[in-house]
Amino acid sequence: MAAQVLRRKTLANLSAHSYSLFSKSSFSLRRLISTLVLGEHEGGSIKAQSLSAVVAAKSLGEDNSISMLLAGSGPSVQEAARVIVADSDTFMYPLAETCAKLVHLIQQKGGYSHIMATSSSFGKNILPRAAALLDVSPITDVIEISGPQLFVRPIYAGNAFCTVRYTGAEPCMLTIRSTSFPVPLTSANSKCDVAPISQVDLSTFGEDKVCKSKYVNHTSQDSERPDLSNARIVVTGGRALKSSVNFQMIEKLAEKLGAAVGATRAAVDAGFVPNELQVGQTGKIVAPELYMAFGVSGAIQHLAGMRDSKVIVAVNKDADAPIFQVADYGLVGDLFEVIPELLKKLPEKK
Amino acid sequence: MKIMVAIKRVVDYAVKIRVKPDKSGVETSNVKMSMNPFCEIGLEEALRIKESGLASEVIAVSMGPSQCVDTLRTGLAMGADRAIHVESSAILYPLSVAKLLKALVDVEKPGLLILGKQAIDDDCNQTGQMVAGLLNWPQGTFASKVVLDKQREVATVEREVDGGLETLCLDLPAVITTDLRLNQPRYATLPNIMKAKSKVIKKFTPQELNVDIKYDLEVVQVTEPPKRKAGVIVSSVDDLIDKLKNEAHVI
Repeated sequence: MAAQVLRRKTLANLSAHSYSLFSKSSFSLRRLISTLVLGEHEGGSIKAQSLSAVVAAKSLGEDNSISMLLAGSGPSVQEAARVIVADSDTFMYPLAETCAKLVHLIQQKGGYSHIMATSSSFGKNILPRAAALLDVSPITDVIEISGPQLFVRPIYAGNAFCTVRYTGAEPCMLTIRSTSFPVPLTSANSKCDVAPISQVDLSTFGEDKVCKSKYVNHTSQDSERPDLSNARIVVTGGRALKSSVNFQMIEKLAEKLGAAVGATRAAVDAGFVPNELQVGQTGKIVAPELYMAFGVSGAIQHLAGMRDSKVIVAVNKDADAPIFQVADYGLVGDLFEVIPELLKKLPEKK
Repeated sequence: MKIMVAIKRVVDYAVKIRVKPDKSGVETSNVKMSMNPFCEIGLEEALRIKESGLASEVIAVSMGPSQCVDTLRTGLAMGADRAIHVESSAILYPLSVAKLLKALVDVEKPGLLILGKQAIDDDCNQTGQMVAGLLNWPQGTFASKVVLDKQREVATVEREVDGGLETLCLDLPAVITTDLRLNQPRYATLPNIMKAKSKVIKKFTPQELNVDIKYDLEVVQVTEPPKRKAGVIVSSVDDLIDKLKNEAHVI
């Protein structure tokens, strides 16, 4: 039931796109569609971004049997119609070498028409490698699905959109941008049928060969603030903050608004904040309800990461800063005066 | 150990691109072209590894039309020892580039293959991962730090990922793709630009490398993104808060 609600809402999302040039009726080629979604999970639950891939998968066609692959070492959660679990110490950590090999193994057995992942660092790292093993050209960072083999993706830092048709053999492999496929809110008590879970037979995986890549460690940002990739509000600081101490002003403002903190490349390069806060062409792509940029000049590469925000606010001392060309509301002023004033006058977050 | 670095000739990062009126692509004639910034970083990293005594030779490779030679000359001027140009006037999608790179790796047998993580024209971020899969080599993508241990024959790679930084230890030979903060590339000095003129650029065709160029993608059209509605300049913080609350309804 919830799956049907999800599907209806997703179709509504599709038709709402004003720049979608290809109507559903134009694909008369009815092929059986079956999709494998590479799911990313942490601490026992599926990451929200992977659900975007399920939403995108549903838009490939009416009759699409979707399976989600979860590779890990431990239990997992079901959201898709079918869940495939690969449970082994080999997958203790999602290395591209083992995960791509797993996808190859499953495709040879399963024969999916499509294989998808979210365009996160996980999906970007693994899917192209898997595509090479399957000898197909993948289509990455898809922002719109116009048909089962017709996709739109940004090029030149999002300054142009390229519509690409996949004309090769199965599987059609793609990564999707999660901000373009938002997960609709399902009702709290959406108790759908428990999805059947099948375990992957890893006997032929070849675990005798030692993997040539070893996970050593990773830094983690333990923060109570919302995740930058799907926060409703993002507050970003640029190099004009001048120091990591000053950057705390951005953090205070974010806290007041219940927002995530973002940063420009310049601010990260200068060491004010860690790299995972970088918003831009080669950093994170965000599309929040509200994006507030303080001391950000608005370079092409930064705009690429936030131009799809619903409302953009820019505060900069320089009236000619390019950021004002994309801002809905611009305030020419000194952020060192504006931010304290905002902190004083903003209503408390709900 | 040899290091092979793949470099791509792209529209310069500072250029404001224009979509052609017939929607067939982006205007690239009479537009400034440069080495892809991520490829520059890759080449710089290879040069530093060589200068530290851990590699004997840096080979720059590029695929595409004859103008690629200009970009290779820049690479030679930065310090690459020699270059290889795989000439093709046809469009080369990442899978084809990956196959060509594999063929060159089979010829040259480098211990390390370095690429930029993505090209700033197509923003694909695929080639490095694909060639690593074809070679069955380990991959360290989005690298922000690379430390080679020649004795243990491993490369420790720190990568920029969504959650922060991840460190992997890769057995050599390996594929590394570079992220922005890996290094700051050097400028080619005039004496090196002069020296580069006499360095060798070897030419191959895809046929000579026994690579079948695959066409399983077709560009249907290239369009401009939808334009945002023009914004307004507000006069004060009070005005801003008022607009965000009562007009935009976001707070």
